[in-house]
Amino acid sequence: MRRIIDMDKKITLAHGNGGSLMHELIEVLRLSLSNNILNELADAAELHIRKNRIAFSTDSYVIKPLFFPGGDIGKLSVCGTVNDVSMKGAVPLFISLSFIIEEGFEMVNLEKIVQSIKKAANKAKVQVVTGDIKVVEKGAADKIFINTAGIGVIDYPGRVGAKAKPNDVIIINGTIADHGIAILNARENLKFKSSIKSDCCNLNFVIKKCLRASKNIHVMRDPTRGGLATALNEIASASNLGIEIYEKDIPIKPAVRNLCDVLGFDPLYVANEGKFICFVNKKDAKKVKKAIGPSAQIIGKVISAHKKEVYLKTKIASSRILTMLETDQLPRIC
Amino acid sequence: MPCKPLYIMEVCGTHTMAIARSGIKRLLPKGIELISGPGCPVCVTDQGDIDRAVKIASMKDVIMTTFGDMMRVPGTKSSFMDAKTNGSDIRVVYSCLDALNIAKENPKKKIVFMGVGFETTSPTIAVTILQANKDGIKNFFVLSNFKLIPPALIALAGSKEIKINGFMCPGHVSVIIGSDAYKDVSKRFKRPCVITGFDDDDIIGGIKRLIEQIKSNTYKVEIEYKRAVKKSGNAKARRILYSVFQIRDSQWRGLGNIKKSGLKFKKQYKCFDAEEEFKVKIPKTKPPKGCICGKVLQGIKKPSDCRLFKKVCTPRKPIGPCMVSSEGACAAYYRYG
Repeated sequence: MRRIIDMDKKITLAHGNGGSLMHELIEVLRLSLSNNILNELADAAELHIRKNRIAFSTDSYVIKPLFFPGGDIGKLSVCGTVNDVSMKGAVPLFISLSFIIEEGFEMVNLEKIVQSIKKAANKAKVQVVTGDIKVVEKGAADKIFINTAGIGVIDYPGRVGAKAKPNDVIIINGTIADHGIAILNARENLKFKSSIKSDCCNLNFVIKKCLRASKNIHVMRDPTRGGLATALNEIASASNLGIEIYEKDIPIKPAVRNLCDVLGFDPLYVANEGKFICFVNKKDAKKVKKAIGPSAQIIGKVISAHKKEVYLKTKIASSRILTMLETDQLPRIC
Repeated sequence: MPCKPLYIMEVCGTHTMAIARSGIKRLLPKGIELISGPGCPVCVTDQGDIDRAVKIASMKDVIMTTFGDMMRVPGTKSSFMDAKTNGSDIRVVYSCLDALNIAKENPKKKIVFMGVGFETTSPTIAVTILQANKDGIKNFFVLSNFKLIPPALIALAGSKEIKINGFMCPGHVSVIIGSDAYKDVSKRFKRPCVITGFDDDDIIGGIKRLIEQIKSNTYKVEIEYKRAVKKSGNAKARRILYSVFQIRDSQWRGLGNIKKSGLKFKKQYKCFDAEEEFKVKIPKTKPPKGCICGKVLQGIKKPSDCRLFKKVCTPRKPIGPCMVSSEGACAAYYRYG
């Protein structure tokens, strides 16, 4: 094999933050393992088995703290994978569940997590059908890691992929940055008294409604790690088109905005776990918006200029380029 | 519009970031230049002070605590981030009180807080010191690299190399020091000063007031940020600050030594002074080759004038401090173009 990984370098946390360094690493791995399905690099792979179209996805969950306002690692591990499968325009049906547990982990917490998994799976109407448990010695893992994989069937006549098309508008289903800020507040014990909760939830039913409303949906993506800005950059890049979004139309809760201001964070780069963006031909935008419900908002459109770039029209009608996340955001001094 | 270009310096890093984020520069008529000043505490922390902190962090039984955006700032050889990868116990905290709590939880360790910041931050550190003193904590120390804004403005206004027609003064710092603190700059150097908030309207309003003053040849101190800033500032915060610290000269990255622009511990609180406790000797430092952060901090050059900018110096691998801090001029230029 051609040596494509720089063997002298080490993995840093930034290789997993959803930003540009992680994309470079993914690209190295993709080149090694290249095939037509993998190369699309969508949230889920689309498999053609006999005459069926199957969506298949996997994800690992390593969140700290395990329990947070609005959810826990169990709920997240179901919703995350359900959502990834749904983003392919599929109806998720079955998931697998693997635990890597650190020696000494409290049984009572495992029980809580499993109950939460059960509840989330019931809600999303998916079944946990296979699984695995590994226990590692103390220090070899941080409490508990979960991996889930999910499959679903694609009935949608169109193809929901990684590429947007000219004349697409971009719709989001609600406020951004809730998850990342809720986690940060809980993890770092910031003691900000707030009602901010993670938006962690399953999106498969609302996605189903969207798919029913329009046959012209081209991309769906849940902007998790790296936030909205990173997801938009991925899509602009894969589509070889430009994207323009409007700051004034991007929904954000005032409490989240304020906490971002205090910490010096840009909410466009903060993680979400219950949001998706939908690229749909503008003639169907109203229908899709209605299908999502009152929280839906058109936040931008695909443009032919500025290929592979994302432009933000600011509130004062100026504009600036929105790049992919470079390094993790760190709280600032003043 | 006047024929000569007008140069307005936004002193504060939060302003730099807000201006970049909103795209205000693109909307300004030609001839009005906003230049970024030295008001990002991370950016102006001297390389030697970082070297000292990194060295202390590597010592046995030391836990170094710091605000997040200091982690990546490069010293001569390494940053906190590098030191952490190599085994130093360095922890990000959100307030100095968190560091004090770490000290209480780890009585056998020496906890050092990397004290960086302006008048907004330093009173909160003073409060922590008073608390530590009251609680009789013996294993808690602060590296005092705190800096004061008005002396830096005086140094900039007095420099012949720098063209600045007016100062957009920092909002948060002014909450503490009040608008009276800028009287000296405005009177002695005939430069208008407008204290401005951080919303787009605040900043545009601030620019407007500065231009009006420059056009009419006046040089007053004005408050555009009246909802937060008073003429006299916050006297209580200053009283607490100066009960623990006293003024000294300080080394600013890029600006050099500025008289009476820093803070050191008063005698009775010397037992909390990390410099005294560890007495680390640091060789003289040289700025990284090719880096023009010093000139950027003075508003003489723009980040895009630097040959390292975007090529070898990126947020991921910053060479100079203005690229490290989320509020640094180079990071703002990089991210928001």
